[in-house]
Amino acid sequence: MDFSVLLQDIPTLLVVIIGVPGVLAAYIVGGEYLVRRLPDKNRPRVRPWIWVGPALILVAGYLLIPAILTAIQSVESNRVDVLDPSTWGTNFVGFRNFSRQFADFPTGGAWVAIRNNVIFWLIFYTLFTLAFGLVLAVLFDRVKYESFVKSLIFMPMAISSVALGLIWDFMYEYQPPGAAQTGTVNAVVTTLLHHDPVSWLQDQWPTDTFNILNNLALIGAATWGITGFAMVILSAALKGIPGELLEAARVDGAGELTVFRRVILPLMMPTIVVVGTTLVIFALKAFDVVYVMTSGNYGTDVLAYRMYNQLYLASNSGGASAVAIILLVAVVPVLIFNLRQFRAVEARR
Amino acid sequence: MTVAAATPTTSAAARFSPAWILERISRWPLHIAVIGLTAAWMVPTIGLLVSSFRPFSGQATSGWWTAFQNPTTFTLSNYTDVLSQSTTNLGQAFFNSFMISIPATVLPVSIGAFAAYAFAWMKFPGRNGLFLALVGLLAVPLQLTFIPVLSFYVQHLHWTTDNLESYGIPGLPWVPLWLAHAGYGLPFAIYLLANFFRALPSDLFESAEIDGAGTLTVFFRIILPLSVPALASLVIFQFLWVWNDLLVALIYVGSTASVAPLTVNLAGLTTSLGQGSNLLTSAAFFSMIVPLIVFLSLQRYFVRGILAGSVKG
Amino acid sequence: MGASIKARALVTAIGAVLVAVACGTSSSASGGTVKVMAEWSGQEQANFLAVVKPFEDQTGIKVSYESTRDLTAVIKTRVAAGNPPDLAGVPNPQLLSQFASQGKLTPLDGVLDMSALKQNYSQGWIDLGTYQGKLYQVYSWVSLKGLVWYNPKNFTAKGYQVPKTWSDLISLQSQIKSSGVTPWCIGLKSGGADDGWAGSDWIKEIVLSQSGPTVYDNWVAGKQKWTSPEIKSAFTTWGTILGANDSNVYGGANEITSASFKTSGDGLFTSPPKCYMHNQASFITSFFTSDNPSVQPGTDFNFFPLPDVSSQYTGAHVVAGDSWGLFHDTPQARKLLQYLTTADAQAIWVKAGGKLSPNKQTPLSDYPDALSKESAQILVGTQIAKYDATDNMPADMRTAAWQAVLKFVQNQGNLDSILTNLDKVQQTAYASS
Repeated sequence: MDFSVLLQDIPTLLVVIIGVPGVLAAYIVGGEYLVRRLPDKNRPRVRPWIWVGPALILVAGYLLIPAILTAIQSVESNRVDVLDPSTWGTNFVGFRNFSRQFADFPTGGAWVAIRNNVIFWLIFYTLFTLAFGLVLAVLFDRVKYESFVKSLIFMPMAISSVALGLIWDFMYEYQPPGAAQTGTVNAVVTTLLHHDPVSWLQDQWPTDTFNILNNLALIGAATWGITGFAMVILSAALKGIPGELLEAARVDGAGELTVFRRVILPLMMPTIVVVGTTLVIFALKAFDVVYVMTSGNYGTDVLAYRMYNQLYLASNSGGASAVAIILLVAVVPVLIFNLRQFRAVEARR
Repeated sequence: MTVAAATPTTSAAARFSPAWILERISRWPLHIAVIGLTAAWMVPTIGLLVSSFRPFSGQATSGWWTAFQNPTTFTLSNYTDVLSQSTTNLGQAFFNSFMISIPATVLPVSIGAFAAYAFAWMKFPGRNGLFLALVGLLAVPLQLTFIPVLSFYVQHLHWTTDNLESYGIPGLPWVPLWLAHAGYGLPFAIYLLANFFRALPSDLFESAEIDGAGTLTVFFRIILPLSVPALASLVIFQFLWVWNDLLVALIYVGSTASVAPLTVNLAGLTTSLGQGSNLLTSAAFFSMIVPLIVFLSLQRYFVRGILAGSVKG
Repeated sequence: MGASIKARALVTAIGAVLVAVACGTSSSASGGTVKVMAEWSGQEQANFLAVVKPFEDQTGIKVSYESTRDLTAVIKTRVAAGNPPDLAGVPNPQLLSQFASQGKLTPLDGVLDMSALKQNYSQGWIDLGTYQGKLYQVYSWVSLKGLVWYNPKNFTAKGYQVPKTWSDLISLQSQIKSSGVTPWCIGLKSGGADDGWAGSDWIKEIVLSQSGPTVYDNWVAGKQKWTSPEIKSAFTTWGTILGANDSNVYGGANEITSASFKTSGDGLFTSPPKCYMHNQASFITSFFTSDNPSVQPGTDFNFFPLPDVSSQYTGAHVVAGDSWGLFHDTPQARKLLQYLTTADAQAIWVKAGGKLSPNKQTPLSDYPDALSKESAQILVGTQIAKYDATDNMPADMRTAAWQAVLKFVQNQGNLDSILTNLDKVQQTAYASS
């Protein structure tokens, strides 16, 4: 192995490290300079667009336009090349792509994926992650070796999704009863609980049509991977609470639980909403763990995986688009909640 | 700015006085909870770490905890094999990963901070609608964007890796990837930062404006310094998402050795049938090193009291 | 498509002139690059690069190789966006047929020397690559399915005889069971979207040797219902191998679904053995030897072809392989493709192990050990060679079939509802592609 290339190319790296922020700083300083030349009246009208402009262009190009194309494709048949506007509308199929996804309740179409996302992932993934993240952030805040334990909890975040799947495949490994268990979870189950080993990812307990166990096993793996995310942001918010405020409450004789409930929780609420919203969206978008560990088999399908399957394996871009639109629609209630939330923040100003 | 010392204990009692000892003992449950939770959290990682020092036959036939009964079976071969079997130069792959991750972090964090400032503190028509649309776009599955974006790159901009490399400008072949990561990362960046900026006390701005400070001064001198914890966490996440990304890089720059990041290189360790998957255990630790360094070096910004000195009582 | 296509056309034209000029002194370096994409990584990538090394040395053409495990997603995106590689090697021919039907592939009839190809390849392989009368894909490395692996030492110790017929196999199975041990190891986990394919191999082999090539072809083409007696009987026949509640297989349904196809065969080498037989394609030997460094081909593992269920279709075998498709007809890509179909090129990988050559000219002496030589002999001598059925079905059908196999293993009693569901998928899958 040869690391000399790292040394040779360090000048390039430096140019990029200095150049990219340089261009960005030049943009905003230059933009402000131009705004100041405008008459006073026009400044507040132009200024915001200088600040949001680059972001809007990038997001429009990389997310909004593809999302619009997806919406168009979702009501067209697969014969339409959505990249070619002249074909739009030539094979309009109405809601056929959607009705196929909604066919044969409760096990046909996209129903299994919808159930898994909207019930299991949305509830358990979000709640577990938020609860663990909050508990860890608050507990760690009170010990001197905080940064050390935080780094340890953060470690799974630094692992790629493939490696995460590998780790949890190891954890959930199954060997028949009587054989030496190679998976950590089954070793615990057999030696400490004296229960037969469980094939965590395949076992559709309690019933084939409402399998909670293997979905929870997947959600557990995903939660383990993302808790560091919730912990870091919540911890940053916790650090934003002035120490004097906590001290004052404690001096007043409030117990730790009261301090948490009356002071910490309300002050952190906006951040909890941010983290919660992000997690809800992550839950609806869940893909990696399912792709790597079960490929949607045994009733563990999720919308994003179903979309991938329709898009690449089934070459059914209409179906894939319909699934994606279902996913986007599922986010709307979260958006409405957010709108209320930040209207409330503005009202308090 | 004063950094108020983070002293979780309310202790004013003298050392080794009865009160002091009592308080220490009362904190034991806390330490047990902290250490217990952390230890439980570490189990999967430790399992992987131990496995990475075991030969494949051991990994497949017995649990990782049994390895300690027979420590002579520990081997470095999974690590040395990654170094030697890697079909392309690992050094080049590390370099490429840096070349991709650093700008792909700087771009969305900076542009996101500009936009978040406007969303939080400027008034303009359609502000709330745009902001919500941004959050909603966070849910767009990336796979759907690949074909439209790539075909625009290829057919309108002629941004293929071959073409861009042929100009001989350093860094140019990665520009499509930087912009893509920026586009994909911006909704979260703006969402997180705008919420943080919005929560800053408004009297800060009022006093600054009375002092005659311009928009730029407020942004660079007040908002950014006060938002260091949020910025630091955003940098960490964006960096490690990009660092660990495999698919976006495969689509936009491909797996040619001269441009492909470390993830592509490490994914290539196993055969199409998955032979050599034991190497993935050690490869996971190779790819973890850099994100962990980034995390550790930014962790010092997560301290209480960044706001303390500047908020007027 | 804009200037990049024009630029390419220009390059092609220049290349053609250069080739014309260089004609006669064909070994002289013409230079240029071929962009190749395939799924081979790790050791396979090294083997492929070793194959193209002599080509690069001889022609001066550089082979720029890209590999990805998520080949279907990457290549579909690149093709749709107008940026495909020059040459792609894919493991499921249905993908290339789809590109051929969209007009994205160059027909190979004018690219390869067809008369030489017909001499070297049996008609079956050429037919497999043909779409609407034109050749679009050509095979370079293949594997033979339906090989039952066993450990000769264990067989000798227990006094088991290698079965010659299907009924021999069934009685051997009950003999093994009656001595209190388990006949089979089966592992269906694969990762990615591929879980279950290893079980579908059983179904294909049984369909082919029980109901014959016509039924098999109709089944692949979507003209044979899954609920038809022939296909249903393949499942129930496999059910007799699995036994009631999968009791003939080590660990039962839980183990079958959670064990990897890569390692489940290692149960032949444990002490005591977890099982006595394992059905897998010829490639599995490379896993045996790398997972268990001490085992030797011939002494520790050997194979017998899965006996024919019906003697009517003796010598029928299911095969699979990687095929090439040409996206850009550049002189360099042509030359490389011509080279890859030669026995010389194929022999290089064959020597490295794990692959068989479909080229009749590849000498058997190039195979690294007696076992691979034997499987190559079977491949060359096979009377009825049929390509892996599920890999030739539309992707939707394929995935559903693999999932059905998993469901069948979990509960054989659900067979009827599983097959009815497959019929439903069959109706839409063939229509949409």
